[in-house]
Amino acid sequence: MKLTGAQALIQSLKHEGVEVIFGFPGGAVIPIYDCLHDCEQLCHILVRHEQGAAHAADGYARATGKVGVCLATSGPGATNLVTGIATAYMDSIPMVAITGQVRTTALGKDSFQEADITGITMPITKHNFLVKNVKDVPEVVAEAFYIARSGRPGPVLIDIPMDVSMGQMEYKPVKEVDIPSYRPTTTGHPLQIKKAAKAIAGAERPIFYVGGGVISSGASPELLELSERTHILVTTTLMGKGSIPETHPHSLGMLGMHGTAYANYAVAHCDLLIAIGARFDDRVTGKLDAFARNAKVIHIDVDPAEIGKTVHVDIPIVGDCKSVLQKLLEYVEPREETEWNRQIMRWKNEYPLQYAEDGLQPQYIIEQIWDVTNGEAIIATGVGQHQMWAAQFYKCKYPRQFLTSGGLGTMGYGLPAGIGAQVGRPDQIVFVIDGDGSFQMNVQEVMTAVAHRIPVKVAILNNRYLGMVRQWQELFWSRRYCGVDIEAQPDFVKLAEAYGAVGLRVEKKEQVADVLRQSLEYRDRPVLIDFRIEREENVFPMIPAGQSIEEMMVKRPKK
Amino acid sequence: MQHTITALVENRPGVLARVSGLFARRGFNIESLAVSITEDPSVSRMTIVVAGDDNVLEQITKQLNKLIDVIKVEDYQGMPIVQRELAMVKVNADPSIRAEIMQIADVFRAKIIDISDKTFTIEVTGSVDKIDALVKLLETYGIREMVRTGRIAMMRGARTVDNRR
Repeated sequence: MKLTGAQALIQSLKHEGVEVIFGFPGGAVIPIYDCLHDCEQLCHILVRHEQGAAHAADGYARATGKVGVCLATSGPGATNLVTGIATAYMDSIPMVAITGQVRTTALGKDSFQEADITGITMPITKHNFLVKNVKDVPEVVAEAFYIARSGRPGPVLIDIPMDVSMGQMEYKPVKEVDIPSYRPTTTGHPLQIKKAAKAIAGAERPIFYVGGGVISSGASPELLELSERTHILVTTTLMGKGSIPETHPHSLGMLGMHGTAYANYAVAHCDLLIAIGARFDDRVTGKLDAFARNAKVIHIDVDPAEIGKTVHVDIPIVGDCKSVLQKLLEYVEPREETEWNRQIMRWKNEYPLQYAEDGLQPQYIIEQIWDVTNGEAIIATGVGQHQMWAAQFYKCKYPRQFLTSGGLGTMGYGLPAGIGAQVGRPDQIVFVIDGDGSFQMNVQEVMTAVAHRIPVKVAILNNRYLGMVRQWQELFWSRRYCGVDIEAQPDFVKLAEAYGAVGLRVEKKEQVADVLRQSLEYRDRPVLIDFRIEREENVFPMIPAGQSIEEMMVKRPKK
Repeated sequence: MQHTITALVENRPGVLARVSGLFARRGFNIESLAVSITEDPSVSRMTIVVAGDDNVLEQITKQLNKLIDVIKVEDYQGMPIVQRELAMVKVNADPSIRAEIMQIADVFRAKIIDISDKTFTIEVTGSVDKIDALVKLLETYGIREMVRTGRIAMMRGARTVDNRR
């Protein structure tokens, strides 16, 4: 079959099972858009800024487990994807970004809308391709998808010059991908797994420390079985939220800088730390020497480079979390609850997450969102205080329920990611829990949601501050607030209405539940709710950056 | 400590940028880097000399292995290897001191590959130490220009770096 490069691209995407593309056109991708015009199987979501396309593809991938796809033109279109690609890279999200490029004859000549996007994205993609020959298109697309979704997932970029997309080629679908230099290890070493089982049997105070790897490999059922069989409690990272139901008695919630005090105490006192698909990020460990200081460490991860990167590991197991846990289940003996479980429960009772009763508190709003959605909603967040409150108070029941920029910490992620999630899972309620600062970073995507009748709900926890920075300035910089007051802001209700969305406002605690319920009634357009929360509420507990649990603040220090 | 690493990589545009970019952003220091084609034209070979303790080296090899275009990485630490470097040195050589310099070159089995009325260009091959020693001696005459290839290395005996392709 004779096809143009652009047609071959579309055929190859269909061959990969792609259903949705988030994109924004431009000169260098007109040949590709021309093919989309005739293609009914591929739904194109026109965003209002390319960053939105990248985050939407990322949100789609996180919510569905499929590879997200975004499309942008050369030069500025491509560079606008960069933050979104870096976000996906840091959180190991499978994504394929397709960019147009100037003609091969114009490459390297500072041509109009030329940017070296493969050079720019080298450090933030798992791999990237510049397609110089039209006959390579099907193979490159097949390799890109294979690389994006296999091993430790990640974003892959394909840069396609305009003359390549317009060139002619003989199209044959790619049956099988084989990249000799890329053979990720998926099954863990059986001897190491036996050693781990033995260490678990011999431990007095074991704990599971679980990250996003369990979610991306779909290992939640195995994790739950393991935890129930051994009565070993589970704390998760931000990325691991939902890998075990947070309503389960074995869940200790999140650990780390803003984790629960009891999860952090448990990790500090454990004698065996079983890390699964987690990477000992500095926001988790704080001061490295003090982190799980007396513990033996088992580390299960698909990426060998993560093992031993920051902490010493006693029993390393390289492999896909699901396959390793399945194997581990064959060897691990049942354990009963011990004094260690009771000790953790005492910590849980002694240091619960808490907040003030009076005023319109953000934590209360999040609990109310949980109540009205029965804990079933998909949550997407921006970055900042609201993100941490959402992580603490929205108890996820399922994997792929909590979408947030963990590694890169990208403000403005929430709304476009929520849109992507809603497109991928139209039957779910999607709530974007956002800050007033984060929301404004990609506010243009409200238009995308309106135009495509995407009924995301956006709860703006509006404290008229860039609250997380303000909190740091309050606690560590003598309250010298600088560059954080954003009282100068649009009327979010009117803004919503100007876009054709529904705008609602909540100023009192008593209104919260009713307004939330009201927001659920709109099924054909987005709803923005402007929650005018207490301005100087802080996120606690907090372990200051680079410090240990001894420095943990469970509430605002007295002056 | 100094390590000599050999990496077999796909012979494709941009691979050198991927490898050198990785070293730069992860804060690994390259002391020398030599790249060439191999017996298999689709494969290039990089010999990289880096400094670092065992942990750093472990990270370097693991991170290199993560690059899709990297086929195989071998750290030659503790292995019997042969290693060579080649240098060309353009040194002041007035007629009055030419004989002296030629004698030095002889001792090092170096070759004089070009002569002008004021200079010799000397080619020398050998271990890094040997080249350093010659360069030190030649410095007394005034080195005008010098270029070194960086180290290349191979295992002794019949063993080779396993090319998985």
